[in-house]
Amino acid sequence: MKKVELIDLSKSYDKQVDVISNMNVTIEPGEFFVLVGPSGCGKSTLLRMIAGLEDITSGTLKIGDVVVNNLPPSKRDLSMVFQNYALYPHLTVHQNITFGLSVKKVKKELRNLRSSEVAEMLGLTEFLHRKPRELSGGQRQRVALARAIVSEAPICLMDEPLSNLDAKLRAQMRSEIRRIQRQLGITMIYVTHDQVEAMTMGDRIMIVHEGKIQQVGKPIDIYNCPANPFVATFIGAPPMNLGSLSMEPNTARLKIEDHFILQLPIEEAMKVPNKNLMIGIRPEHIKPATIDMPENEKFHVEVTNVEILGNETVFSFQLGNNEWKAKWNGQWHIENGDSIPICLSVGSICIFDGETGELIRKPSEVGSFVIQKEVLL
Amino acid sequence: MSGLSIQELWRRTLNVRTASLYLFPSILLFIVFVFYPMFRTIYLSFYLTDQNGNAAIHVGLENYAYLLASSEFLNSMKATALFVLYTVPIGILIALFFALLANEKLRGIGFYRTMYSSTMGISVAASSVIWLFLFHPSIGVFNRVLLTIGMPQIQWLLDPQWALVSVSISTIWMNTGFSFLILLGGLQNIDQHLYESARIDGAKYFYRLRRITIPMLSPTLFFIITISLINAFQSFGQIDILTKGGPTQSTNLIVYSIYREAFINYQFGTASAQAVILFIIILIVTILQFKLGERKVHYQ
Repeated sequence: MKKVELIDLSKSYDKQVDVISNMNVTIEPGEFFVLVGPSGCGKSTLLRMIAGLEDITSGTLKIGDVVVNNLPPSKRDLSMVFQNYALYPHLTVHQNITFGLSVKKVKKELRNLRSSEVAEMLGLTEFLHRKPRELSGGQRQRVALARAIVSEAPICLMDEPLSNLDAKLRAQMRSEIRRIQRQLGITMIYVTHDQVEAMTMGDRIMIVHEGKIQQVGKPIDIYNCPANPFVATFIGAPPMNLGSLSMEPNTARLKIEDHFILQLPIEEAMKVPNKNLMIGIRPEHIKPATIDMPENEKFHVEVTNVEILGNETVFSFQLGNNEWKAKWNGQWHIENGDSIPICLSVGSICIFDGETGELIRKPSEVGSFVIQKEVLL
Repeated sequence: MSGLSIQELWRRTLNVRTASLYLFPSILLFIVFVFYPMFRTIYLSFYLTDQNGNAAIHVGLENYAYLLASSEFLNSMKATALFVLYTVPIGILIALFFALLANEKLRGIGFYRTMYSSTMGISVAASSVIWLFLFHPSIGVFNRVLLTIGMPQIQWLLDPQWALVSVSISTIWMNTGFSFLILLGGLQNIDQHLYESARIDGAKYFYRLRRITIPMLSPTLFFIITISLINAFQSFGQIDILTKGGPTQSTNLIVYSIYREAFINYQFGTASAQAVILFIIILIVTILQFKLGERKVHYQ
């Protein structure tokens, strides 16, 4: 259980363009830390820098309290699971699991003991004498996992380990990896491009885009208060709706895409600068307007697409140049081209700076969806 | 009724007829240049022939009996065996060494790769002529070097004790390019993540070489060993140019012996018998290699 500290970490291949620039973050001991971002954002490079497989151009990397910038991978006391698993095809599952132990000259009895323990934990006991090619994708994934666990390293790095599995197996392995991490209490640094994995697995997640940290925090905090429009659209499915916004300073009235008008409380309007703004609102915060609502709070939109997903319905409508999506509970039988009334609550909107993308106003109500467990007790 | 069944047969064999048509050009070439000569050789090995190579007297297995009792032929077999032993293991080890070097990611590695594989582009005849000069007793580079460091001169191609070694050295040089290229290709196919994973586990270079590189390269190694063995048994050009089988028969390898028997002594019968024996030896060696070696080979 060691912490990992990144201080001003940068990486450049050609000494001109940084693929990783000035990253500062501390990963706490025993934490499940997820690096998430779109393809090519530098998250895998960052992981390989932590592992020691890529050089660090500038900055400091600390594991525990030791600066490890120049230590080889084997001296950093960590294990790693690769995206393609990197299993040795000519060795049996047992030999694959104990490869690292034989390198470290662990005694044979102890090797066998640890390998059978780990195999037990991951349900691989009956496959120990098979070669990797005789295993299914899910089983290979488990072998890769077993190989990382058996080293008993305090830090485990994973590079998109679930991306080669089918959706059902992926969901199963998500909870299994989480369970093992809790059980062993290891510090996990997990790279993924899948925001669902990030949301469901991470204690904290770090969103990376173009080699820069966009936001670090608990998944639900990031979901509720995204730091900028990129995070807002990257986390959540369907993504947060974005649109242009302007405010009349005298009346504190917000104009969304010159169509919708919302009244911002006067005391809040003081905090919003009078300049180019951007609005963000989660699809579930766009609600159906009821008949007894005053007409000036209703907005009428024309539906352009409807997706009924069993217990919820997602429909789209055009607003200005953007397609917005709303997500309602239940099965709504709406046809394309229907005009339906919706309403927006001023408390649930995010306001971003139109130029820098910085979050100016956090949503005050994250909806009627937050339920404390005391309700049940 | 029978007309109908012929039509039926014609229709059913459509695939076979199409396939035969596609195969026809290569089968024709194989027949003319491989199968016919092979059967003709086997046929001739049971005969004594006239000057034009036509079968004259049927002698059964007498050609074989004569060869196996002939000290000249046995000497030729021995020379061939030694030649194979000298060239194949050393040639492959050198090629493997170069391939491992050239597989590192270094600046300008393409230049080294080209250099190491360049001997592949030179014909046996041309390179033999170059080696002839290198081995020359008075103007050759090797003896000049020996002279400057004060070592005794060696009659490379003229001394019966050295001639086979000299021919082997030049053969190794000629074959390294091809083996190098094949082995480098094999090395490049190994997944880099395996090495990264091993590095995280702390495996040192030679441990990685022994536990990852060699097993993963085993199919390629097996292939190149087979090809090199067959090549070594069939060496001819460098012998013809460098030594002509001499001195005192010490480099009279079996293919060269066949050539002399057939086209200098006009004994096509015994030459054919030698060719058949060579064929059987190569067949046995290859079968043995597949039986023994393939167990250790890991295929993906």
